[in-house]
Amino acid sequence: MDETEPKILPAVLSVAAIATVAAFLVTGSYELSHERIEANRQERLLQSLHEVLDSSSYDNDLTASRISVVDAELLGTAEPVDVYRATRNGQPVAAIFASVAPRGYNGPIDLLIGISADMTVTSVRVTNHRETPGLGDAIDLGKSSWILGFDGASLSAPELADWSVQADGGEFDSITGATVSPRAVVKSVRDTLIYFERNREALFSNAADLTDE
Amino acid sequence: MNEARAILVDGAWRNNPALVQLLGLCPLLAITTTLVNGLALGLATTAVLVATNITVSLIRGALVPAARIVTFVLVIASLVTIVDLLSDAFLHDLHQTLGLFIPLIVTNCAILAQAELVASRRTIGIAVLGGLSTGIGFMAVLVTLGAIRELVGQGTLMSGLDQLFGSNAAGFQLDLPFDGILVAALPPGAFFGLAFLIAVKNHFSARNNETKDERIAEPRETSS
Repeated sequence: MDETEPKILPAVLSVAAIATVAAFLVTGSYELSHERIEANRQERLLQSLHEVLDSSSYDNDLTASRISVVDAELLGTAEPVDVYRATRNGQPVAAIFASVAPRGYNGPIDLLIGISADMTVTSVRVTNHRETPGLGDAIDLGKSSWILGFDGASLSAPELADWSVQADGGEFDSITGATVSPRAVVKSVRDTLIYFERNREALFSNAADLTDE
Repeated sequence: MNEARAILVDGAWRNNPALVQLLGLCPLLAITTTLVNGLALGLATTAVLVATNITVSLIRGALVPAARIVTFVLVIASLVTIVDLLSDAFLHDLHQTLGLFIPLIVTNCAILAQAELVASRRTIGIAVLGGLSTGIGFMAVLVTLGAIRELVGQGTLMSGLDQLFGSNAAGFQLDLPFDGILVAALPPGAFFGLAFLIAVKNHFSARNNETKDERIAEPRETSS
């Protein structure tokens, strides 16, 4: 072999050796961290669920009560949507929908919508969005309190026809400089309420089994 | 000692990765919407830089020249993965903000440049210094650009500090009595801000070189 030609075998061996060590280290840190990461995710999930539903109002394990439902028309996505079902003494208290508002200004807006068993909205939060900073991002509670306008709303208050922003002749506040973002959120909350009204019995059919006791 | 100082000045100022070498701009432009985001990515990048330099310097005797770039990439990618996992586990709030950008550290060419030009040729002490100075230089630009964009873009400073230093730090946030100019917070603002910083850096460098030249030139003038 020509001396100036790079030798393949030592190169392959050295890369293989380093790759093996690297694989062990990455595996090790995964083992070290993955339980904690999972616990963090659960805690964060529970935290965000408690943003839309008072933690003292139910007594079941909320994160374990998750089911997935599909309704592309009302829940905004053809993908399965997570629903968390809160019960107290085996009786339905509320459901929390991870609905999607498909027509945000820059793509879908992920929401958490809490709806109590008597069909009123407990609260709504935006969990993920790409709306314009300074304009559409006012739907985020970190930027403005607009989203709190849904607290206590239901399909009869305001009337179904008034479920739109004021700019469109409805009941909900408009956001200066942004029409698309609030319109998308209002429609999504309304449709989720409609979905809940139609499917309440099915969603809570095994409510008694959800209790911890 | 002099060499150590020279390396620190070189990485942090004269050959600043972001202002002079223009390396690592992808994460830099994307993340610097606030001071705290910039600081956090700066810390993560510095950690990866130093760890990469230590590792590469330690194995430099065993490096096969033909396979060295592959090796560097392997080392950097593994270290970034480890930083990603550990920060997700132990700095979860911060990871929530930076999540997308930590993997992007892999693409920061400043790290590869350090591994190739410094760590693979020098002792571990020099390698650590080189990584540290480059990291500090990069972080300084991230923090400054983040501060400018946060101040101009949303009229605050140090918002989200609690994600980095616990809930007590939330009180340090400054709120200015104006709403900010939106464009600074948007991607164009990142380019404007970086261009401004590069211009300032060039201005000072040019002035320093001038004074040096004058000092050298003066005796000649008097002698002629």
